[in-house]
Amino acid sequence: MDLLNTFLIGITAGTIYALMAISMVLVWRSTRVVNFAQAGMALLSTYFGYEAVSRLGSFWIALPVAMIGGALVAALVEIILIRLLVKHSSSGPIAGVAPIIATLGLLGVIRSISAMIWGGQDLRIVGPISNDGFTINGTTLVFSPLKLLILVTVLVLMLILSIVFQKTNIGLALRASAYAPEIARLSGIKVDWVRTLGWALAGAAGAVAGMFQTVNGNGTLSPDSIEFSLLLVSGFIAAVIGGLDSLIGAVIGGLVLGLMIAFVLMYVSSGLFFIAPFVILLTVLFIRPQGIFGAKAARRA
Amino acid sequence: MSLNVSNLTVHHGAIRAISQVSIAVPTGKLAAIIGSNGAGKTTLLRTLSGLKNPTNGSIMWKGEKIVGIKPEALVRRGISHVSEGKSVIPELTVRENLELGAIWRRNAKESKESIDQVVSIFPRLGERIQQRADTLSGGERQMLAIGRAIMAKPQLLLLDEPSLGLAPLVVEQIFQTIRDLTTSMNLTVLLVEQNAMGALKIADLGIVLNLGKVVAINHAQALIDDPAVRAAYLGY
Repeated sequence: MDLLNTFLIGITAGTIYALMAISMVLVWRSTRVVNFAQAGMALLSTYFGYEAVSRLGSFWIALPVAMIGGALVAALVEIILIRLLVKHSSSGPIAGVAPIIATLGLLGVIRSISAMIWGGQDLRIVGPISNDGFTINGTTLVFSPLKLLILVTVLVLMLILSIVFQKTNIGLALRASAYAPEIARLSGIKVDWVRTLGWALAGAAGAVAGMFQTVNGNGTLSPDSIEFSLLLVSGFIAAVIGGLDSLIGAVIGGLVLGLMIAFVLMYVSSGLFFIAPFVILLTVLFIRPQGIFGAKAARRA
Repeated sequence: MSLNVSNLTVHHGAIRAISQVSIAVPTGKLAAIIGSNGAGKTTLLRTLSGLKNPTNGSIMWKGEKIVGIKPEALVRRGISHVSEGKSVIPELTVRENLELGAIWRRNAKESKESIDQVVSIFPRLGERIQQRADTLSGGERQMLAIGRAIMAKPQLLLLDEPSLGLAPLVVEQIFQTIRDLTTSMNLTVLLVEQNAMGALKIADLGIVLNLGKVVAINHAQALIDDPAVRAAYLGY
């Protein structure tokens, strides 16, 4: 029973990490920027979700509100900040680095703004369904209806995303712009706007990750939330495990990370909570520096 | 004249890549642009398709000034550019690469018809339509790159060294196809080539660039017969 329990907890946490990793990968693919502000943007989106829940009382209305809010914030960040920085740091010693450092600064800015608007105290988001574990044959699992719901919702969202990417013109434009921006432009694609769209999708994915991370944890939200720091680190590690360039890689990276953390905590020591993800990251980087799904050599520097 | 370039000067940073270039190509004609490495051939094409901004000079296309217009907008005005080095996206399938060429038209039915048309020109692409482009041979990739450009229903086709790295037999095939397309689709074509003889043979007019300047412009056959051009570019 322990085994099943650990597996299910790991998978649920893993899908949330995977969502966060997807948002890192979407941003990386569209602008070649590692977005350290992703968790901050997820935090802000979750505050939007909090406002919606407390006014309208429904988690299922709050979720799309958070997604739209997250998408808008991300799109604005790309248009106002990243687009300029990428253009102006295309050569010299700061080439490519300036936008990444800017996202670190942005993380701080978003946290401060959130604290100014919503205060530093813990706010509570009530989940849509019970987080009390299922009981099988008299044994109560940690795995709960809420976790099941998260698992199913995230899988459905990933399915939709993969259909959009593989079967639609928008998906084709997103992929072409990521792989070969010049050929995309010569094919008539407005690559600048496709990049913005990539950020917006990342913002929406991050919003879902933030909402679920909050209700899957202790249900509270604060600017210094440890849950969100964990989300940033886990999402980043999952994305790197997956090769940073691959959406499927991000999903697998997230699941692998979630499972490994769950098993380490259950069978090795729960004191390893903050160390385990880094050990996993280092192990992957030593064995396969390009990530599990990364190409042998980067196509572009 | 459908394409009129006058006094075009383009810089790469401080280096002047092309200098006061003036050329005119009538509708439905194929112009071969030849010259050694660094003559500015690629820069000229990149400027015509909007990838690069000129420092000076003007480009008229169908009676309109197009300097400063972005490549994604120029495609909509009928200018398609097949850039150097088999311009296909290896991670996408053959079908996706082709669909990409017509993506801006947002018309699935037209896109399908154009794919059928490209497949009838290049049957090999039809056989490999579901394969990823990185499984194709060099010649097939070049066919795919030209096919992608055709998908956009262009009126002006800019081709940058389609023969690069291909076997002689394949080169001959590609050149013949380019000649046929020019005539059958009434295209205006600028063909940049290192393979000067091959390009001039299928061209209506020839343009010789050297160190960023036009040093000769004439009927293609006249250039082939010109002793100075023969010695410098055709190797005999």
